[in-house]
Amino acid sequence: MFDTLTLAQLPPEDEALRPQVRAFLESELAGMPTDRRARSWQGFSAGFSRALGKAGLVGLTLPEAYGGRGMGPFARFVVVEELLSAGAPVAAHWIADRQSAPLLLNFGTEAQRQKHIPAICRGEQVFCIGMSEPGAGSDLAGVRTRAERTDKGWVVNGQKIWTTNAMHSDYMIALLRTSGTAADRQAGLSQLIIDLKAPGVTIRPIVDLTGDAHFAEVFFENVELGEDALVGQEGDGWNQVVAELAFERSGPERIYSSVVLLDAWIRHMQAAGRSDAAALVGRLTAELATLRAMSIACTARLALGESPVVEASIVKDRGTSFEQELPVVIADDLAAHPDEAVNEELYRTLMYVTHIAPSFSLRGGTREILRGIIARGMGLR
Amino acid sequence: MDMAELLEPFDRMLDAACPPAVVRAVEAAQGPSDAAAALWQEIAGSGFLDALVDEDHGGAGLSLGQIEPLIEALGARAVPLPVAETMVARALLARAGVTAPDGPIALASSAAQPVPCALVAGHALVDTGTKLLLCAMADLAPAATGVVHSLAARIGPAPQGTGLERPAGGLRPIAAVLRACLIAGAAARLCDMTTDHASQRVQFGKPIGRQQALQQMLAVMAEDMIACRIAAQLGAVQGIDVPLAVAATAKSTAAAAAARIAASAHAVHGAIGISEEYDLQLLSRRLHEWRMADGSEGYWNRLLGEARLGASEGSVDFVRGAIFV
Repeated sequence: MFDTLTLAQLPPEDEALRPQVRAFLESELAGMPTDRRARSWQGFSAGFSRALGKAGLVGLTLPEAYGGRGMGPFARFVVVEELLSAGAPVAAHWIADRQSAPLLLNFGTEAQRQKHIPAICRGEQVFCIGMSEPGAGSDLAGVRTRAERTDKGWVVNGQKIWTTNAMHSDYMIALLRTSGTAADRQAGLSQLIIDLKAPGVTIRPIVDLTGDAHFAEVFFENVELGEDALVGQEGDGWNQVVAELAFERSGPERIYSSVVLLDAWIRHMQAAGRSDAAALVGRLTAELATLRAMSIACTARLALGESPVVEASIVKDRGTSFEQELPVVIADDLAAHPDEAVNEELYRTLMYVTHIAPSFSLRGGTREILRGIIARGMGLR
Repeated sequence: MDMAELLEPFDRMLDAACPPAVVRAVEAAQGPSDAAAALWQEIAGSGFLDALVDEDHGGAGLSLGQIEPLIEALGARAVPLPVAETMVARALLARAGVTAPDGPIALASSAAQPVPCALVAGHALVDTGTKLLLCAMADLAPAATGVVHSLAARIGPAPQGTGLERPAGGLRPIAAVLRACLIAGAAARLCDMTTDHASQRVQFGKPIGRQQALQQMLAVMAEDMIACRIAAQLGAVQGIDVPLAVAATAKSTAAAAAARIAASAHAVHGAIGISEEYDLQLLSRRLHEWRMADGSEGYWNRLLGEARLGASEGSVDFVRGAIFV
């Protein structure tokens, strides 16, 4: 069962990227407090993403002809691992680099590629993904926002919600209904590129329980788009989205969301000179190592040109469980030593991760949906 | 070498020589028996016992990473003889210039707790804490545990034997990696059996595997199974002289998952899984035995955690440096 998911190694030529990334991060992130680092791929910094693009570290897997580096998924793994373990604020280029550019490369026209991919590689064009709607969350095929043909292109009406960083984005790639009704499910869906500065687009940030606003709702009222807005074939939206989600679910971002907190806690215990939590630390370290090996194994399937949908779901489900467990056990450990001082930065980091952790198993597919995908892969449904 | 070329004949040999009836016959004897002797003859005749012995000493010169699928194959069939242990023992003996005895060799990383397969082993490689001793099992006065069907035994102190230099970390790290590989094999077989059962057993008018509650449980079981396999491979890839942090990762992950996998397999099978005549118990009993052998997850977690707390780098760097090649 799932026999192809076996131990793989990072090739030396990709591993060779690490010192450059490390040196870049040490200078760019110097002095950044732990609780800001803990935001990691929720952290938005246009300046950081542009500097990363200038250093040639955005668009690693994209062709050199479009401004990328022409490298494989293993190169991306190495760079992402460095970015996340340092807690770099990567949100400004994350989605474009991981999902939008590969999508346009696979399905877009030459003009769409030329317009967007080089700018994405420079860290200059920010993208968001318009999938969820008020009535279409886990049941994404229930999308109602509609794009209708006009003599000049398309007109869009409807609403997206829980769109990450819409208010900071230049473009949205939106999953829209181009024919039929919500009852037609996966049929009749297409993806279109929406210029978020177009008339009729209204974006409202949604403040979350940590005080951050990384989500938004986006309203479309007679938003006119050109013929060139359509990505690939009309009606092919569902297939495109499924391919994209395999990218979203399989990377190391699904195991490292809480690693800044883990390291801060270990430094705390080292400073306090205690080792009474050694067994817990060992268990978490073993799990981290196993997850890293599982994630590299999944990356190896991507490198072979496969779309490891089920395998990616396996890594994401186990990885997010680990990410969510960390704040729970660390809070218990710290508060199990009520007479031991905890510095403010560690405390804020812990509480930030504690409060945001429920999102880890929501974004990119809920735990229950992922387990359904795995069960289907086992032939149970 | 293409590992499929190795695995395929090994699988075929085990399928023929070690069906569940043979496992039961060896277990029933709880000591030397015709069934155990016949099975050993088949396995020894296959030539795989010297897979890890280097070519200068007449072996195949394969690495532990290369033969890891073979150890999984042994685990998947609950082979009731210390085959993987003998492979490692023969490699250690060859390296020390000691001629290996015929017959199965158990690995005893401690005399304090039961040693798996001691009742069917002719010899044991015993870690005394200062050296390794190759002892005839009869000299160790093996005492059965009293647990039905178990081939494990407590051994007495090692009075005499051929001494070998003890590896830096002793016998326990490599023995723990073998347990992780065996667990991975049994876990894979249990996942297949349990998924098949869920697809065939009908209640409430449909296969029970159609129930979302079971689907979610089976999905987690598959995740655990894959984690076992990958952790076992992570352990095996660094060879017989496995560093402590690597053995700890392999055994911690596999041991913790072993208990969950056994529980889920039984939960899905219902009452039939508890019965002696159904094959599930051959594997689930092994999972618990291998989980405890050569240090459970609690033992390895503590050692790994102490190593981690003694290191100044971040967790990802620690894991990369101490656990990955």
